Amino acid sequence: MTATTAITTGRPPGDLPERRPAGRRFDLGQPFVYLVALVVAAVAIGPVVYVFLGGFRTTADLNADPAGLPDPWTLQNWATVLGAPRFWGNVFASIVLAGGTTLGVVIAGIMAAFVIARYDFRGRQGLYTLFTAGLMFPLTVAALPLTLLLRTLGLHGTYLGVIIPSIAFALPTTIIILVPFLRAIPDELEEAAQIDGASRLGFFWRILLPLSMPGLVTVGVLAFVGSWNGYLLPLLVISTGTLPQDLWPLPLGVTQFSTQYSQDTAAVLAYTSLAMIPALVFFLAAERRIVGGLQGAVKG
Amino acid sequence: MTTVLNPAGPATSAGPAPAPGRSHRRSGSVRQRIEIAVLMTPALVLFLGFVILPVVLAAVYSLYNLPPAFRWEHLADPERFVGLANYERAFGTPEFVRAIGNNFFILIASLLVQGPLAIGIALLLNRPMRGRSVLRLLIFVPYVLAEVIAGLSWKLLLQPQGGVNAALEAIGLGEWRQNWLADPDIALWTLFFILTWKYLGFAIILMLAGLQGVPEELAEAAAIDGASWWQIQRHITIPLLGPTIRIWAFLSMIGALQLFDMVWVTVAPTVRSMSTETMATYMVQQGQFAGQPGYGSAIAVILFFISLIVALVYQRFALRRDLAGAITRGVR
Repeated sequence: MTATTAITTGRPPGDLPERRPAGRRFDLGQPFVYLVALVVAAVAIGPVVYVFLGGFRTTADLNADPAGLPDPWTLQNWATVLGAPRFWGNVFASIVLAGGTTLGVVIAGIMAAFVIARYDFRGRQGLYTLFTAGLMFPLTVAALPLTLLLRTLGLHGTYLGVIIPSIAFALPTTIIILVPFLRAIPDELEEAAQIDGASRLGFFWRILLPLSMPGLVTVGVLAFVGSWNGYLLPLLVISTGTLPQDLWPLPLGVTQFSTQYSQDTAAVLAYTSLAMIPALVFFLAAERRIVGGLQGAVKG
Repeated sequence: MTTVLNPAGPATSAGPAPAPGRSHRRSGSVRQRIEIAVLMTPALVLFLGFVILPVVLAAVYSLYNLPPAFRWEHLADPERFVGLANYERAFGTPEFVRAIGNNFFILIASLLVQGPLAIGIALLLNRPMRGRSVLRLLIFVPYVLAEVIAGLSWKLLLQPQGGVNAALEAIGLGEWRQNWLADPDIALWTLFFILTWKYLGFAIILMLAGLQGVPEELAEAAAIDGASWWQIQRHITIPLLGPTIRIWAFLSMIGALQLFDMVWVTVAPTVRSMSTETMATYMVQQGQFAGQPGYGSAIAVILFFISLIVALVYQRFALRRDLAGAITRGVR
């Protein structure tokens, strides 16, 4: 850290005419701070609220007064969207894609991370470097050849065609997070397990896996959210395939719906807000994981 | 974008030291080799087959003139091999050159606007206050939404007859109304505004998290010595926040260069090609929807090298201390 250099740049004591107790100044700023907080929060959720409220309006009402409140309130849009198989098909597809990706990333990731973290062999270093280098290979760069490759493999237009590359591209982050995690588990535990007759894999299964649960959850949440929100891969793999629109994942489904029903703004708003809900709920449930992961990340 | 939470990557990989002295254990035994092979294979096959191979293939394809219905035999056809012609074509196409410029516009504008804004807000909010956790949730909402969904919401808001124009009129600023996303002169600025809305919360949360690591004692000591609030922030807190700021800037830059979803969803194709094209949208447009995988691959390779150069230069000059070579040197 840069603590020492920072302190020396501070002003010498007594340079200032007046000395006041530290706490007081902070109190003076308080109303201003709340104002800033309020503005920031309002700007952040304003558009989201607008979309949600719009879902309760009729298109005629929206056209007459785009910035107003619902008048009258209607549940018609929600009923239409929720009553159609299309929305549920989109949700189903997103769950399959995100669930499959998460499962794959966690399983393949923990296995590889276990080897890199706790086996001693030549090439271990090279493997780790290989995966970290993967951070420099974004999906965007690989997308076109990947699409062609999936065609060759017969995976184009299928869920697996999205899931498999998603797993592959989530692996670098996963392994980078899990390796230090597995390393931190003390050797003594492994030795004790060995004395008690456990094999390497027995130790992995019975002791390491339960102990690394928090790391696995963090990695899983990241993979799930990434896949749930992903657009480029489904666009290239699914939307150009033969799968019916009812079975497209949400991001594709929402864009498709908004193009198709562009005249019916209220329905589009309802569809969009419904598409937001799963991500928001998931975020509320995993908020501490996500934000906690960030905090852990910047402490280094 | 899946790379967004990557700070966890570089920073933590420099974390716990590997446990030494594990060599006493039957290293090199047949059993161990089998275990390593079985455990490594899934990840390695996936990674090599679906990350590394496609990037290598992009480089190969970029040297060919390929039809949309691509077959492997085309690579053996000398008529289709065009050398660097795809690259020449890309750099000779004003639309693509403008796309590079747009990516760098977003990159620089993000650093100049979002960075100071996020730091300022985080400094203000970094104190015990009521409703702090609720506030943290709310400012994180835009970041959690899919870029596509956020983009669509803004597209609806920014229609000529949408909520934003109506709101401007309602508060007497009717002459400020614009065709925000359809006017080529301002579409890029509008886009930048939407991106700022989407990613500012992430930056603030990241800065707040970084501020947790700044010891309060230092600020208290300085305050006792008579430093003003601003002096404390300027000379103590912000310098200590340095590593967080640099990692945020890195993520922001890489994100700006890869920008795709938001542009693709919010701006109509005709307007996009005139004013807000990015490298990635141009790549997908040409490579997929205009049926030129060879040309699109050349764009992908250019995008890759531009990102790589930016990342390496930045790492060389700014991230050196923070990562201590986490990416280039690996485990230790």
